[in-house]
Amino acid sequence: MPIRTVMKANEAAAWAAKLAKPKVIAAFPITPSTLVPEKISEFVANGELDAEFIKVESEHSAISACVGASAAGVRTFTATASQGLALMHEVLFIAAGMRLPIVVAIGNRSLSAPINIWNDWQDTISERDTGWLQFYAENNQEALDLILIAYKVAENEKVLLPAMVGFDAFILTHTVEPVEIPDQELVDEFLGEYEPKHAFIDPHNPITQGTLAFPAHYMETRYLLWKANEAAKKVIDEAFAEFEKRFGRKYQKVEEYRTDDADIILVTMGSLAGTVKDYVDRAREKGIKVGAAKMTVYRPFPVEEVRELAKKAKVIALLEKNITFSVGGALFQDFSRALVNEDEKPKLVDFILGLGGRDVTFQNLDEALSIAEKALRGEKVDEVNWIGLRKEIL
Amino acid sequence: MAESPFKEDIERVQKEYSEKMTLGAVAVIPGSSVVNKTGSWRVFMPEFNKDKCVRCFLCYIYCPEPAIYLDEENYPVFDYDYCKGCGICANECPTKAIVMVRETK
Amino acid sequence: MAVRKPPITTREYWAPGHAACAGCGCATGMRLVTKAFSEAMEEKYGDPDAFAIAHATGCMEVVSAVFPYTAWKAPWIHVAFENAAAVAAGIDAAWKKKGIKGKILAFGGDGGTADIGLQALSGMLERRHNVVYVMYDNEAYMNTGIQRSSSTPYGAWTTTSPPGKYSVGEDKPKKWVALIAAAHQVPYVATASIGNPFDLVKKVKKAAKVDGPAFIQMHCTCPTGWKSPIEKSVELAKLAIETGVWPLFEIENGDFNHIKIQSPGGGAKVKREGGKVVAIEFKKPIEEYLKMQGRFKHLFKRPEAMEELRNQIKEMWKVLGVEVTLPKAEE
Repeated sequence: MPIRTVMKANEAAAWAAKLAKPKVIAAFPITPSTLVPEKISEFVANGELDAEFIKVESEHSAISACVGASAAGVRTFTATASQGLALMHEVLFIAAGMRLPIVVAIGNRSLSAPINIWNDWQDTISERDTGWLQFYAENNQEALDLILIAYKVAENEKVLLPAMVGFDAFILTHTVEPVEIPDQELVDEFLGEYEPKHAFIDPHNPITQGTLAFPAHYMETRYLLWKANEAAKKVIDEAFAEFEKRFGRKYQKVEEYRTDDADIILVTMGSLAGTVKDYVDRAREKGIKVGAAKMTVYRPFPVEEVRELAKKAKVIALLEKNITFSVGGALFQDFSRALVNEDEKPKLVDFILGLGGRDVTFQNLDEALSIAEKALRGEKVDEVNWIGLRKEIL
Repeated sequence: MAESPFKEDIERVQKEYSEKMTLGAVAVIPGSSVVNKTGSWRVFMPEFNKDKCVRCFLCYIYCPEPAIYLDEENYPVFDYDYCKGCGICANECPTKAIVMVRETK
Repeated sequence: MAVRKPPITTREYWAPGHAACAGCGCATGMRLVTKAFSEAMEEKYGDPDAFAIAHATGCMEVVSAVFPYTAWKAPWIHVAFENAAAVAAGIDAAWKKKGIKGKILAFGGDGGTADIGLQALSGMLERRHNVVYVMYDNEAYMNTGIQRSSSTPYGAWTTTSPPGKYSVGEDKPKKWVALIAAAHQVPYVATASIGNPFDLVKKVKKAAKVDGPAFIQMHCTCPTGWKSPIEKSVELAKLAIETGVWPLFEIENGDFNHIKIQSPGGGAKVKREGGKVVAIEFKKPIEEYLKMQGRFKHLFKRPEAMEELRNQIKEMWKVLGVEVTLPKAEE
């Protein structure tokens, strides 16, 4: 029987790791993720998790040890955030290039400077070109479920890519919510054993991993990563379907909410999706034809689903806790790519908000919606809008 | 005639070599570098005088390639497919059983 | 006449056809270390192949593993420049879980070990992984074209320590990573050299057989970076030992009071007290070692810099508890 209990997202992530039974875990403390390795240490200390837990001296070594262990053919896990993920950056490309299905739990946090420990998505968004799969959880249950799903997808032979699962700093990492812990047996059946045919370190079958590729060979490695990301789209759908069948919880790459007759759709990710859905309910009561959509999967970018979504609205408002300077938010860029050659497409309006833990209030959403409504009326609006700025201190 | 310790590797790579891109760009045939006949780099070549050899093994131990292996009697055999002609063997040979002579191709 | 037996296994884990420069001392190092490791694994586990190699980015990495080829006949992995020790730690953990008996061998150059990889090395040593880390020390970043590292000796020319009106060449003393490693109180730390292959093999085997981590700083000639004749690679490494430039020592369990010093040869007089080496009177001047290398050419016109190098070598020996006298070359 599944256990219904309450826990923080960090604990949910540790529970997910425990259920996935990684053989090697390497982690380094960082706010707001520290509770993940703490909890895992307890599991290992109590004999509840039979894993080698390497208490490394940096995040760079955490991911490097995971690469070593994964290359030796075992399931691995780590958790980090923000500067820690940035320190891993170099090795993230390598893990993908070496096709190692490492899973990393991320407590999404801003990047320095100034140092700030609170939530936005700049850490994982900044790693969007590494070849890693990216999932974003709306709540603690999703954090647990998506880590299990991430393993399922990452280890699929058609994919073999590492994956990161993000959940918002403090809003989720440190907030207690109801969570259902699935049965170990069901998880075992869902995930199976990881027995790679391409990555192993076997003295009696020596292979050389991490070669140097000249221009005659490098580009094909990138193309295969591109293909694996494309293949992951279908594999993710299959994993979501199997997960729903086994555990009863439904996931979609792009989850829509009251979009059917919407003029405006508010698109977001992570825990903000919960706020936005509430806001949509409120706006609907006022007769505003607005819907919401949540990007559960950000890499691979679900181009087809986004195109379907776009058909339903005249304006798409992107609510994002990240910024590419001089361009706008990442979703704005990716939605533009998905829609640029469509014959009929909605207007895209980008909203940068909630950076470094700034609360996103209904008032902020009112402001965003009013700009989106202007766009709907055909009035000219800025493509990129900063919402919730304290103009009085600028 | 003594055989190169890399004979099997040379045969395997001739049979199984493929440029097909592997997952993670893994090189799957151990010792497959033997396809690169680095002997073409050579300017001077070691000339071996067995009569002077005391089988001290120093040339065998020091060779960085390795392009020196041992025959049935443990005398050095020079593998000119790979010898880059560095001359460490001749320089270290205590009995001057190895001398470097200009390559004539 | 009976057939003499070679003093080392004829198994090879380093195949020819690799792209190391002619006369590369590091290539000899790769070959001898893996041979010795294999002997140790055979003696310890009854399986000569019971090891895997984690390699830092560097010369020996790029010359040995160009897709689709590899010079390696042991399982081998390269990840990045600074993390060979962390990768090795991960493999060690995975092997523990998989029940694979054996030991992990990590290779890093002096840049990948003394500089960018020092943190990962410290972490691996401190956590007591079952890893032997061999630093192949050719005393500069040779793979990128001869830039100084913290392991470059005083006075040496590199492209980033050129001698000039305001420069003697490299102006900092050489960093001895072996001493830093020993401070972790790990079971076994040693320096070694391709100039003394029998000592090198003995030390690698000892390192491979201890339970837990070990570290070896191995001096390897780089004729390209040192501007030395290719056939002199071994002779030079030997001269480094015989002139006192390269000390051969072992430190077990971080016991700095009982550092084992190997006799340098070359006619040097070794003075022992209670079995411990306390003084060495070298007979060969460091100039004999330096003069063969273009990287030290300018020192012969700068006696004050030459004297400073001699002083630094004496200071380094003092750390090892040995008073040395270094002769000056006769004009």
